[in-house]
Amino acid sequence: MADGQKGNLDAVFKALADESRRELLDRLRAENGQTLNDLCARLDMTRQAVSKHLGILEEANLVATVKRGREKLHYLNPVPIHDIAERWIGKFERGRLQALSDIKKALEEGTGE
Amino acid sequence: MSKPKFVYVTYIRTTPEKLWAALTDPQTIRKFWFGITAESDFKPGSPWCLKFEDGRTADTGEILEAVPHKRLVIRWRNEFKPELKAEGYSRCTMEIEMADYYPDFGGKAAKLTIHHEVEGEGGGRFIDAVSGGWPKVLSNLKSLLETGDVAFQR
Repeated sequence: MADGQKGNLDAVFKALADESRRELLDRLRAENGQTLNDLCARLDMTRQAVSKHLGILEEANLVATVKRGREKLHYLNPVPIHDIAERWIGKFERGRLQALSDIKKALEEGTGE
Repeated sequence: MSKPKFVYVTYIRTTPEKLWAALTDPQTIRKFWFGITAESDFKPGSPWCLKFEDGRTADTGEILEAVPHKRLVIRWRNEFKPELKAEGYSRCTMEIEMADYYPDFGGKAAKLTIHHEVEGEGGGRFIDAVSGGWPKVLSNLKSLLETGDVAFQR
């Protein structure tokens, strides 16, 4: 499989910046491992559009696929979103925890026991 | 064959050899799995278990397949929550391959794909429990291999 330039974070944000694609992710969250047919059956989108959106989601690594016989099953892959959270929010949390720890240390030293 | 209940994929700026070493070394596992560690020699047919820091057993099972730098299959079940233990054994497959990915890492990355499914019918609660944990474990693993430090202590 050619993975192209999927390392680019832009691909994740671009993939998420579309309501139809977010809806596809919601469908997979509700029921993981669906085929293209499963997904088309419940959406008001052409098969071609669903297929194209899935391709963009897969390129961004937000959807992982598994071949099972002639079928291709689609799975929601939350790992890139988690990595994004870790990159910004995780670091923020660490900073806040360090600040709390510093305040505690300063206050405890300040009591002069 | 039952249908996998989830598939997670992550790309890591490392080599398949280093990724394999991280997945099979108890001391490294402890770093990215929140203090939990695995006990096993990671040979096909060998027992495998996960232990909490206080020594309690979290999960037990066996190594079904171990192809160094490529593929590790572990069959395991939960041991500390009766309702999860009741759902029986699961099968966790970890596959490693080289992929074109990061332009800043020579355009290459180690791609890790994790499939986790319950062997029998049902198993929804077990899958819910482990699927909540995997993204954190994988973020930590990626962070450890790329920067030498983990993102989450717990």
